[in-house]
Parts: sequence; structure tokens; C-alpha cells
Amino acid sequence: MKHTHGLGLALASLTLTSGAMAADIRLDGFPDYDSQLEAILGDFPAHNVEMLMNEHGGHHDKLKTNLATGSGAGDVVLIDRNFVGSFVNQGGFYDLTDEFAPYKDNFAAYAVTQGQGNDGNQYAVPVDLGPGVVYYRRDYMEDMGYDLDEVMTDWDSYLDYGRALKEDDILLIGNASAIATAYWNFNVEPGNGLYFDADGEPLVTSDRFKRAFELAKTVRDEGMDANISEWTEEWYAGFREGRFATQMSGAWLLGHLQNWMAPETAGNWGVSNLPDNTYGTWGGSFLAIPRQSDNPEAAWDLIEYMISEDIQLAGFKNIAAFPAHTGTYDDPMFNEPIEFLRGQRARVLFADIAENVTPVEPHEGDQIAESLIGTALEQVLNDGVDIDTALANAERQIKRRVR
Amino acid sequence: MTTTEMTEPTIAQNNAQRDKSDRQRTFWHKTTPYWFMSPYIIIFGTFGIFPVLFMIYLSFHTWNPVAGLGTMEFVGLENYTLSLTDPTLWQTLWNTFLMALYSGVPQHLVALPMAYLLVQLGKRARHWLTTAYFLPYVTSTIAISMIFFVMFSKESGIINQILTGLANGSLTGWAFGWLNDFMPLGWVQENSLIRYSVSFVVFWKYVGFNIVIYTAGLATISDELYEAAIIDGANSWQRFTRIALPLLRPFIFFAVTLTIIGNMNLFDEPYVLTRGLQQASTNGMTISNYLYRVAWEWLDMGSAAAISWILFMVIGLFTGLYFWFFGRRGLGGE
Repeated sequence: MKHTHGLGLALASLTLTSGAMAADIRLDGFPDYDSQLEAILGDFPAHNVEMLMNEHGGHHDKLKTNLATGSGAGDVVLIDRNFVGSFVNQGGFYDLTDEFAPYKDNFAAYAVTQGQGNDGNQYAVPVDLGPGVVYYRRDYMEDMGYDLDEVMTDWDSYLDYGRALKEDDILLIGNASAIATAYWNFNVEPGNGLYFDADGEPLVTSDRFKRAFELAKTVRDEGMDANISEWTEEWYAGFREGRFATQMSGAWLLGHLQNWMAPETAGNWGVSNLPDNTYGTWGGSFLAIPRQSDNPEAAWDLIEYMISEDIQLAGFKNIAAFPAHTGTYDDPMFNEPIEFLRGQRARVLFADIAENVTPVEPHEGDQIAESLIGTALEQVLNDGVDIDTALANAERQIKRRVR
Repeated sequence: MTTTEMTEPTIAQNNAQRDKSDRQRTFWHKTTPYWFMSPYIIIFGTFGIFPVLFMIYLSFHTWNPVAGLGTMEFVGLENYTLSLTDPTLWQTLWNTFLMALYSGVPQHLVALPMAYLLVQLGKRARHWLTTAYFLPYVTSTIAISMIFFVMFSKESGIINQILTGLANGSLTGWAFGWLNDFMPLGWVQENSLIRYSVSFVVFWKYVGFNIVIYTAGLATISDELYEAAIIDGANSWQRFTRIALPLLRPFIFFAVTLTIIGNMNLFDEPYVLTRGLQQASTNGMTISNYLYRVAWEWLDMGSAAAISWILFMVIGLFTGLYFWFFGRRGLGGE
């Protein structure tokens, strides 16, 4: 008994003094961040960093369990943008406002806002961004005699292009739902959240959602999409076989397209702003320190290192994680032409979007609203349910569920 | 240590000592079985009893797990009223019921005659075939569902390819040509088809399990009964319906009860086939999927606990009704 007591005391005193010396800390995340860490940790001798990587869904499930039980989470955790809204307001993370203050102005404003709780404190720090863009097949546009500005003038011109494509048996997009998602995500009214207004009232029956649903429904009803679910084998095949002329996504889709989804289509693609010159964001990741961490100081050291300019650039090179640090955008790397996009200097566009996206406040009910709106969209597109009915129904359920 | 304790003990003290050691011996003697059982009891208590009790407690509270254990708030029956008036709960319950029916009934209608045939085939063939039919049951549900997901896929899936082949084949076209109007079928994308697709996978996975139960059951029926029936002039259909079926009753009762409980808890197959509830979820989502979504996507553990109890009641009700109607005869009594 005595022995263990002694050991416990020794451990406790060790922990107390560890602020100054090298500590053992762990980063929990998902791939490809393992590749990034392997590349950068060699130059971070301050602490011993271990990593625990799980696939995207599993990582977030594990994190929820860790937060619920108050144990088992890493000292630094990686959080996807989709989860950040439901995490930052729940008090499970250290307030990093003071630590982040000196760097704040160098980071994309909208992403900084996403990492803040309703109290205005910074609980999560942006580490990479997902500027929202449209990928389009240059060859099809040329063959049809359209130019980009003509297609992307507004959403109606975009649909007109789809109708013209249809006559040549080419589909506008793999799944119409991406159009609706893009529209309601990228046209948030100033002062409102994605699904809720400043007072927490749901916005899903507003014109923004109606218009988003109408656009997708038009595409589906006129046969301009394949009704293929995204991220399935058939969707990838659609890109390989050149069945789709456009796809809305984050800038990060480029890495997937050129590395494994459709490498053989290199040179046929281009990237653009969304129709109507919309700036939006699609994905992105954050770093945070759970309250259960015994080494918050050491954990912050690691975060500070990972958001430093050089490492942000290294992340861009290693795993195509688009830097959240806007100071990096002057780097010559951003001006390099990208072969897959027929020499387009696309990173300049990505950077421009990242700096211009309007901040949208996260709301703790975002996850609930997102899945209920997803179901409503599916009912409209697949089952012929009337748009107003589906949205009213979703609103009623959101009101019930968000308490 | 004091000097008094060093002196010789008195008789009274000695007796007391002996009593004590006797008592100790009896204590150890009596409790030995429990010590041996303790590993199981501790594990069962931790992972079996505790979660159930905790869930009762939880169902009367609101709790966002991400906020930590300290944030539970007592809300009385609110979780139950919220859930019972939730249209999605009733929709998912209805989905579960229909899929349980579509996959459950054919399982037994196929397994019974199949088991009877297998027994007729003789030992060697029977062992091989039962093993083959049992294989899906011991294979991982997730693996099976993922393979079916690929087979069900709209354009490259083998099922649609076969149907297209049949519809356009020169020999089969006259019978299947009408299919062309509906191709390609979105087996796992359309709300109108998803229940059948899920039910088929469940049927395919569990029919072998029932075949094994029924072959075992048939093996308990003495050959003399069949021989006597043959002498009386009963044909093979009559032997099946008049001898095999009635004597199989306890086995049917057992297998059907398992099917009811298992199918009402259906989770993996619909979860994978709807791509994590991303497509055709209106008709494809079971109540277990829904409570998972409420708990882990919507982070509302209290409501999820209440839904679990509602599901428990429903399963209890179905099993109870089944026992009420078929219990006595089912268990072999009259």
C-alpha cells in the first residue's frame, strides 16, 4: 500500500512541475493528419507527442464518449467543422481566448468565429479550411460553346447550362442535393446562423431554403443529375467516365480527384466560384484542448506549433490541408499553376474565398437541423413531397428537438 | 505490542478464538461459490445491470454527453411525452415492424420445409448443407450488408444488371421486358424499395440459423412415428404437416420468439444499407437507428434513453401477445 502511495505522490509532483519540462501529450485525430504529424513532429522537440488516429466518424464518436465520461481524450483533439458547433458550447474544452489572441488576426475571420462559443470565447482554433467552390469540366464547356462567366452568372444560368448539357447526354451534377446544400450554406443572411437566427428560432422555412430546394428539385425533375449518392463507388465512376460536368465541394476535393477518384481526367477540370459569385465554405478542421487534459500548457505548445506559418504551409504541401493562417497566402506556392486544372492558379482563388467568407455563428442545434433538413430534401427529391410541406414539417420537428 | 498479549490465553479466550476461526471457516465455506462467480457477476454488473439502471435514471433527465456528467437536469416525464408525440418515432417503429414482418415471416416459411428436406437427404448431405446455410449467420453483419450494398447499387450493381439482362434477353425478354420501364432500380436509394432490400438481407442472414434450429428439432422426432404413418398410408406432405409440424411446436415457438426480439432490435443492416441513415432514411430507418441518431448525432441522451424504454415496452408487448396466444401450445402443453 505504502509503495503505491509513494508512487502516486511522485507522479503527482511530476505532473505539477511538468509545465516547464518536456511532457508526454497525445493528439487524437483522423487521417490524413497522421501524415502531416509524422512530417512535422521531428522539428518539435519541446514535448513527446503521441498520436491516436481513427477514421473520421469513429474519431468523433470516441471524442463524444470521452467528453461524456470525462476521461480518455487526448490532450489535443482535432474536430471537424460539422461537429464544432455542437462541441464549443458545452464546456468540455479549455478557453483559449488569451492564448489565441496574438494570432487571431492572421486567421480567416469566419473560421475564427466558428471556433467560438456563444459566450464569445475561443474554444477551438482553426487549423485548416475548406473554401467552397465548383469544379467543372473545361472540355464540355468548350465543346458546348459556353464560357465560364456565362454559366456562373447566377443560379438560373447555371441551370440553363445543365439543360444544354442534357441534350448532349451529359449530366450537370452527380446528385442534385449538393446544389441545395451549397445554396443554403453559402447564402446565409447577415446576422443569421445557418439554420437558426440570432434568437435561436429556426430559419428552415425561409426563402433561402425554399430556393435551395427548388433549385435541386428542378435539376432532379428535368433529369440533369444521376441521383447517385456521393462518396459511393458509382459516384467515383461517374467522375472517371466523365458523366458529370460540375461538382460543388470544398477546395479539398481537388486532392481526391487527382489522387484517386479520377486521375485520368487530368487537364479537363477547372475550378470556379459558385454561381452568383457566392463565397462559401465546405468543411475545415479545428484543434481544441479538452478540460480533462493534464497538460494544457504543453497541449497549447503543440497547437501553437501547428498553426504557425511554416507548419500551415507544410500541411498544405503534405496533405493538401488548406491553411487557416492567411499570412501564408503570399507564399509563392499559391501562385503555382495546377496541372490537373489545366494550369489554373486555383490556390489564389481558394485564398480569395477564405478571406471573404462571411462569418456564420454556429448553433448547438445545427446537427439536429442538418439531419432533419437532409431528410426533408430527400422527401422532396425522391418522394415528390411538396417543398412547403416538407420544410414546415422539418421546422416543427426542429422546434421540438432543440430544447 | 504490549506485554499482556504475550501471556498465555485463558480458556475463555481460547474458546472465543476457536469460535472465531470456525466462523471464518464457515464464512469462507459458504461464500466460496460466490467468489468463483464474482468475475462474471462483476462484469455482468458493470456492463449489464449498471447500464440498465443508469438508463432508467437517464430517461428522466436531459443530458448532452459532450457537456460532461455534471450537466444532467431532471425533467420528469418530458422525454417520454416528447418521444411519444414524435412523428419520427412512430414512423421508425412502423418501419421496424414492417421490416420485421417482411424478413421474419419468410424466414420461417422457408426454413421449416428446408429443414425437413435436409433431414430427408441423409446425414452427409445434411451436414454439408446446414453448414453452408449457417455461414451467413456467423459472418459479420457489417461485411454482409456492405457487400449487399454494392450488389444493390443502381448502375453497376449485379442485381440490376441481371434484371436488365433478363429484360433484354432474347429468350426472357417477353416475360421481363416490362422491367425496362423501371430500370435502373434504386434498391437502397428509394424509400419505396428500401424496406424490401433490408428485409431481404436480414432474411438471407438468418434463414440458416432457423434451418439449424429446425433440423435439430426434427432430429428429436422418432423415426417410428414416420414409419407408422407410412404404414397408415400417409404421403410425404401429410407426414410433414401431421407429424413434423406439431412436434416441432416448441422449436417454432423458440425460433419465432428470437426472430421477434431480434428483428425489433434491427440496427446494422438498415444502418449500412442507408449509408449511415443518409439515404432512403424515411422508410429505411428502424427505431434502433433512430435512437442512435438522437443519442449520438443529436446528443440528446435523455430522449434516447426514453426511446429505448419505449422500444423495450413494444418488444415486451409483442412477445407477451405471442406468448398469450401461442405460449401454452407453443411450449408443448395442451
